[in-house]
Amino acid sequence: MSTQNIIHTDLCIVGAGPVGLFAVFEAGLLKMRCHLVDALPQIGGQLSEIYPHKPIYDIPGYPEIKAQELVDRLMEQIKPFDPGFTLGERVENLEKDENGNFKITTSDHTEIHCKAVVIAGGLGCFEPRKPEIENLERFEGKGVSYMVKDPEVYRDKKIVLAGGGDSALDWTIFLANIAKEVTLVHRGDTFRGAPDSAEKVFQLAEMGKINLILSSHLTKINGNGHLKEVSLLNKAKEESTLETDFLIPLFGLSPKLGPIGEWGLNIDKSAIAVNTEDYSTNVAGIYAIGDINTYPGKLKLILSGFHEAALMCQSAFKYVYPDQKLSFKYTTVYGVNSF
Amino acid sequence: MIKLTVIDRDDTSQEIEIPEEISLNLMEVLKASEYDILATCGGMALCATCHVQVLEGLEQLPEPQDQELDMLDTLPNAASDSRLACQLRVNETLEGIKIKIRGDLV
Repeated sequence: MSTQNIIHTDLCIVGAGPVGLFAVFEAGLLKMRCHLVDALPQIGGQLSEIYPHKPIYDIPGYPEIKAQELVDRLMEQIKPFDPGFTLGERVENLEKDENGNFKITTSDHTEIHCKAVVIAGGLGCFEPRKPEIENLERFEGKGVSYMVKDPEVYRDKKIVLAGGGDSALDWTIFLANIAKEVTLVHRGDTFRGAPDSAEKVFQLAEMGKINLILSSHLTKINGNGHLKEVSLLNKAKEESTLETDFLIPLFGLSPKLGPIGEWGLNIDKSAIAVNTEDYSTNVAGIYAIGDINTYPGKLKLILSGFHEAALMCQSAFKYVYPDQKLSFKYTTVYGVNSF
Repeated sequence: MIKLTVIDRDDTSQEIEIPEEISLNLMEVLKASEYDILATCGGMALCATCHVQVLEGLEQLPEPQDQELDMLDTLPNAASDSRLACQLRVNETLEGIKIKIRGDLV
């Protein structure tokens, strides 16, 4: 692992989904170099992560194309412009560097210095969904965590897991052998997750290896600095309290803007407000394209994101090269000239 | 016209009417009716910000598909009458139902 990775480029594109990828093409035609960052370990965004095998029917020229195939073709299309990629890292911080350029820092401390920033972050990044419990955040890292990073932390401890999906079942089974006491709290009375896992959880409960509390939900948590107890309410509205060292709520992931929401951009309902003339944000030099932006009449279509990428690049060029003249050229006439 | 009752987060109740021939899902109708719904994923059953509880008429709705059920399974505040509005197409099955908006706003 390198200690610190420093990259210099014209445009830093946050998000390597279809719209971010196509922005590389449009930028390349204007001789702007691009570097893409994505929190996911692979390119393609939602298309590769969520529905690679699903067909898309509204890409011009393709009556039907599978999502992953569209990503592969976009990669082929932008190959002449040789973009850089930082994958599996989430953008965290944005500031100006000593040359007046933007400096983006990622979760793994990669530094990307760029002249303009293009946010093509789609749904945002997926973060753990939190239950509505007062003081929950106060105990984060002090007994409450939303994922199991190191199971050894829980050895010989009392833990309460909450949730009814696959990860709640899997971690209950796994931690049953490590922790001193495992309690699984589930709002429903059945599990739809993998039938094998659900059966195993019921077996463990019968054998007395775990406590299974169904038809109940978390209402309160308490502690003195560190978590000490959680309160539950069942369907009959009876409250009970459990002593515990740890609480692990496992309620899936939900898409959030994440650190981008702290960059001083105008946000409207979790989307970045832009000017439709060039998809610029309220901060000069920062643009937002694709599903992450919003404007009157916005349609969350890949098609719309492609259009936004083209217009954005015209404006970004003027921002990046204020002294150069921009002449619009058709690829049919001039071709695609690689770097 | 299809009529249904919508109860907002603050418990204000309102009957809304939707033309039968409209090709939308319930999430889109709620947004168009100025209800505060993020709909981050645009109707892909990925974000659950269009979570509603169906207080009346649950049994008349089409059964949820796997993707919707998987998402509902993970929600901390889902109940047995929970659905994702984006997965409910506007048609006669919505006639007379009563829903309460539950989706997250952050």
